[in-house]
Amino acid sequence: MGVRTWIQDWPVYRQLTGNDPLGRGAAAESRRTAALRPRTDTADRVVGSICPYCAVGCGQLVYVKDERVVQIEGDPDSPVSRGRLCPKGSATLQMTTGDARAHQVLYRRPHGTEWEPLDLDTAMDMVADRVIATRRATWEWEVNGARVARTLGIASLGGAVLDNEENYLLKKLFTGLGIVQVENQARVCHSSTVAGLGTSFGRGGATTFMQDLQNADCVVIQGSNFAEAHPVGFQWVMEAKARGATIVHVDPRFTRTSALADLHVPIRAGSDIAFLGGLINHVLTEGKEFREYVVAYTNAATIVNDDFRDTEDLAGVFSGLDPEKGHYDPTSWQYRGAAIRSLAGSPDAARNEALDRIAVEHGAAGSESHGAGGQDVPPRTKRDETLRHPRCVFQLVKRHYARYTPELVEEVCGVPRETFAQVCDALTANSGPDRTSAFAYAVGWTQHTVGAQYIRAACVLQLLLGNIGRPGGGIQALRGHASIQGSSDIPTLFNLLPGYLPMPHAGAHGTLDAFVDAVRTRKGYWADMRAYMVSLLKAYYGDAATAENDYCFDHLPRLTGSHSTYDTVMAQLDGVCKGYFLLGENPAVGSANARLQRLGMAHLDWLVVRDFSLIESATWWRDGPEIETGEMVTEDIATEVFFFPAAAHTEKSGSFTNTNRWLQWHHAAVEPEGDARSELWFAHHLGRRVREKLAGSDDPADRLFLDLAWDHPVEGPLDEPIAAAVLAEINGRGPEGAPLSAYTQLRDDGSTSCGCWIYCGVFADGVNQAARRRPHTEQDWVAAEWAWAWPANRRVLYNRASAAPDGTPWSERKAYVWWDAAKRRWTGHDVPDFPPGLAPDHVPGRRAKGVAALRGDDAFIMQGDGKGWLYAPAGLVDGPMPTHYEPQDSPFPNALHPEHPRSPVRLMFPRAGNEYHPAGGARGSSVYPYVVTTYRLTEHFTAGGMSRWQPYLAELQPEFFCEVSPELAAERGLEHTGWATVITARNAIEARVLVTRRVPPLRAGGRTVHQIGLPFHWGPNGCTTGDAANELAAIVLDPNVHIQEVKALSADIRPGRRPRGPALRALVADYRRRAGSTERTGQEV
Amino acid sequence: MATHEPTSEPLPLSPSSGPHLLHGPEPAVAADAGHDNPPPRMGFFTDTSVCIGCKACEVACKEWNAIPEDGLDLTGMSYDNTAALGASTWRHVAFIEQPKPLGGQEAHLGEAPGAPSDLRWLMASDVCKHCTHAACLDVCPTGSLFRTEFGTVVVQEDICNGCGYCVPACPFGVIEQREGDGRAWKCTLCYDRLGAGQEPACAKACPTDSIQFGPLDELRERAAARVERLHGTGVPDARLYGEDPGDGIGGAGAFFLLLDEPEVYGLPPDPVVTTRDLPAMWRAAGVAALALLGGLAAVFAGAGRNGRTPRGRNGSAT
Repeated sequence: MGVRTWIQDWPVYRQLTGNDPLGRGAAAESRRTAALRPRTDTADRVVGSICPYCAVGCGQLVYVKDERVVQIEGDPDSPVSRGRLCPKGSATLQMTTGDARAHQVLYRRPHGTEWEPLDLDTAMDMVADRVIATRRATWEWEVNGARVARTLGIASLGGAVLDNEENYLLKKLFTGLGIVQVENQARVCHSSTVAGLGTSFGRGGATTFMQDLQNADCVVIQGSNFAEAHPVGFQWVMEAKARGATIVHVDPRFTRTSALADLHVPIRAGSDIAFLGGLINHVLTEGKEFREYVVAYTNAATIVNDDFRDTEDLAGVFSGLDPEKGHYDPTSWQYRGAAIRSLAGSPDAARNEALDRIAVEHGAAGSESHGAGGQDVPPRTKRDETLRHPRCVFQLVKRHYARYTPELVEEVCGVPRETFAQVCDALTANSGPDRTSAFAYAVGWTQHTVGAQYIRAACVLQLLLGNIGRPGGGIQALRGHASIQGSSDIPTLFNLLPGYLPMPHAGAHGTLDAFVDAVRTRKGYWADMRAYMVSLLKAYYGDAATAENDYCFDHLPRLTGSHSTYDTVMAQLDGVCKGYFLLGENPAVGSANARLQRLGMAHLDWLVVRDFSLIESATWWRDGPEIETGEMVTEDIATEVFFFPAAAHTEKSGSFTNTNRWLQWHHAAVEPEGDARSELWFAHHLGRRVREKLAGSDDPADRLFLDLAWDHPVEGPLDEPIAAAVLAEINGRGPEGAPLSAYTQLRDDGSTSCGCWIYCGVFADGVNQAARRRPHTEQDWVAAEWAWAWPANRRVLYNRASAAPDGTPWSERKAYVWWDAAKRRWTGHDVPDFPPGLAPDHVPGRRAKGVAALRGDDAFIMQGDGKGWLYAPAGLVDGPMPTHYEPQDSPFPNALHPEHPRSPVRLMFPRAGNEYHPAGGARGSSVYPYVVTTYRLTEHFTAGGMSRWQPYLAELQPEFFCEVSPELAAERGLEHTGWATVITARNAIEARVLVTRRVPPLRAGGRTVHQIGLPFHWGPNGCTTGDAANELAAIVLDPNVHIQEVKALSADIRPGRRPRGPALRALVADYRRRAGSTERTGQEV
Repeated sequence: MATHEPTSEPLPLSPSSGPHLLHGPEPAVAADAGHDNPPPRMGFFTDTSVCIGCKACEVACKEWNAIPEDGLDLTGMSYDNTAALGASTWRHVAFIEQPKPLGGQEAHLGEAPGAPSDLRWLMASDVCKHCTHAACLDVCPTGSLFRTEFGTVVVQEDICNGCGYCVPACPFGVIEQREGDGRAWKCTLCYDRLGAGQEPACAKACPTDSIQFGPLDELRERAAARVERLHGTGVPDARLYGEDPGDGIGGAGAFFLLLDEPEVYGLPPDPVVTTRDLPAMWRAAGVAALALLGGLAAVFAGAGRNGRTPRGRNGSAT
């Protein structure tokens, strides 16, 4: 630098000679400032990615400089997020690159008091040895004389935050090993969605996509805190509002969603079916149903069996209840003329078979199979299209809901009649040929003992209003993990195989033919399920699967009832399950009755935890709550614990399936550091090691595993399996090995393979369609060329219903898919969800089967009768129509059915540590007088593993709190920001108190109801710590899908911190004693 | 583009001589700060009527600017645990729970009857106002604070010496010294990103477009239309804050649409640049100094006449 430059660079010189007389601008600019360039501009490369938090699936851009991720922000090209991110998405850089990430494998030896570092290779070898040993020791060929070919000694939990490819490989590996207790967050979050939406419409996923909400004229958000839990998706609600839509939020609390709604309706937690039933009753008594839609596209006209008896006839239960066994025989619920499918010939045999199926389905969450659709019913039903027949579905529904009056809604839900009338008017005024309304819900609906029926109730309402399959309509299931939809579709779930094919049951599904015959339908696309199943077996077992050996169907382990994650906890406590994989899930915080979760883990021989940080489920043996209370002593715990650091989404390629069924690809940006590896790597190399160790074994159980096709290509310095190759396996291949482009190409003769039939097409033409990122600005609002949606890239499901029966749009304003008479094809803004050339007036011949049996107005092509179901004659185990029941732990009696206050078929697990409260109104129930509801906050994520360790998120919500009204605070002496202790029969926790009018007391059942809000994110580890709300919840489940009830439970609250040490258990026991709560309490049918 | 002839006024501080560089309307803030042919003045319009209080702005800001964590304290102020803008908080979302009807935010329903809906929850993301007349900048003795070509006000961390003069100068309490570091920090309106044609991190992240970034003129037009629309749909409380070039800070580069009085959000109702009266004060000080000098001179003159020196009189006192 010359002297001249040096002088000229001097600010004073510049001030005196330039145009900045005050020296506050150009003259003051430093050399560093002048040279500033954003790191988004200087990055070596920008990698397309997808946010790893919730299931909105926002696009992300990952900026890499010198092989390090330097910035992560929104991708403006994404049609769903348009470049925006919520606080969690915005904290992705800290989450993936922050110092909370572990990079070293850790080992805790039996009875050990400390972690020890372990090298990755040794750790993998040890885990492989333990898998082999435990499998051998616990292998069972038969149960009660029926082949099962499995082990109950090993279980796995986690998958919703993993890629589809990882879920696929994990399920394949575990199934190949004979492990059936494979579960993930989908069980505890949205399993009831699959049963609720699936039985109603045919597929268990959201019926629409996020951007389509902007076309709604009314959006009812209920059972969801949309703005807080899915902030970036909420922009589409705001778009609708800006266009004049009415936004209604029905929720116990006034949340950040309510703050932006036009109307907030406070409701008693656990009473939503009464509310929705009231809306249904309003629609039917006022004649507000969309009659032409209802007649053509729903089963309203179908005549039901004369034997069927409604809850209105039987004081709160449907016909077919076996009160001893606590389940229904649904035979009487069938359509008139429906013959029970016979496998053995004689009517008696058929009946027994049916009953066996019921028992099996009841025990095994069968309601989720087929995506819960595709229940086999007569393809052509007896119908009365005048809807006047007393046994037609329409009349049955009308009668069932006749008592759900505004007065009843007020009494049960605590919603004043005037407010209820506003919701009725908003909804009915905005539904019809020219207007549509959408519903959005989340786990506020799913997590109940009648969770599937909550969703069914919304389905019935939306079908009556004609809002399904139409733009601006639909039911938006808001899922909350990046790929929780994917981990349902390619399930790490015990009861499902990929594509909602059911896992086979011992006995009932002895052969492939018996299995197919029991599962397929006679009409629609489920009629071809043999092709889907055989193609899956070819993908699993490759060349070993032949026609002669039933394509290795016998290799699949068999179910003998429920093996859900909650059953697994019981199996751990009972010493049956000895080895446990936790793959990105934290049940010590996130699952109901967190204490029992930990006690179960303390019974294990070995535990493998794969996560980013040392979550509570990895450290309970040294610093868990039971160590503090003295219930456990570290030195006494024999469980061996392996901790493996996991790779982040930026460190691996793969696809997430978002809440609207879009498979979106994220590209690896950098290699993972240290010992961190992807689950794809873990599954592949664990399988490889086990194979190597078993090679040459002539143990027949080992032979089953060795037949598994396990030759995934690997790449790079870490031998990472090529994710795209796994996706190609999922997509499927034809006889020549070329990628298939549609599931209609699948064959049942072993010539095709396909790892998940509903994903067939994601690799069409050999191109990874999930990786498509054509900017939304370059396409229409449907954005069909962004990523790929199952099935067949359809964005709005059942969109045949967006046209009238004659194929013309219902209205100009709501045109979406219609029949082009000239070209004799369906066309429009989306891929038609219908056979493309099937004319609207088509009537199939009487002998037609499968897809050929579809009529031109069968808008629900996955349903056995082609119709949307107002009434579910099959598929659900707790009734054909949603009925209001109280939660398991409720302070209220049932105003509708005093004799049967709670679902008569709910699943209970009575045992020490899982005691229930006395029924509402019963002696002792007043010991737990308040209603607790649990929820998420925007600033945190699920059980906290991806937020409590991030300082930028922790500081925004730094402490666990409870929300109470000023009235409750006064009643119990609670002070704002002071401490409170919340107590149930299971446990007691402490929380800071927020006194707020946002949780208003309600008048219901003739008394005041106080509700207590508890966010469930906290646990003892991380930057921000606190008690876990799930300590309070009991394990009590929806019988359809085995989801737990954590959205409404009774409790007591009192000021001050909870006791420490043994006094904590003493407090809980004292409450139980006062309530008379024992292991036998609360089990009345 | 707003081009502006650099002022040739000999006394730019004078209140009586045309454009005033310390208060009053100032249409060419960047040009007057010596930037030749500056781009349009850029700013934020924060429309709090669509804010969902998600705090994405706070996190996106921290991630981009690598700002340290700012304390893990539950404040009890609704969901606001950030509490205030400061050295390590450049975006702050305020939460106000009010016993006022929810309706009114573009309500498409009639008045909601009954008590339950008589509640609203205001959320607003606050930020440095990037004042037209920025006292922090005026008082900065090192030239660390400077006016950029975008009209924004930025601290240069390589220049700041931590004197702290800017801290009391800000009428909004925005700028603050960071503990352990000593230097002053605040929102830069992502000056580095702007230079590359990118929008600030907070505005980019904002899920509902509550934070809008753009040329200030455009934002002001958009904001006026938004207020009009809100008034038309039954939100009479909607008003703009900081958009008026005639206000005490010459208008803010970051202004807001509020649904209640500014005080409700913790904003000063009528902020005035604390250096507004600087020229007058200097003049007064100058007069005082002159008077003092004159007085001293008179004393000396008088003393001279008396032939005695003060020292002579008190010489032995010390």
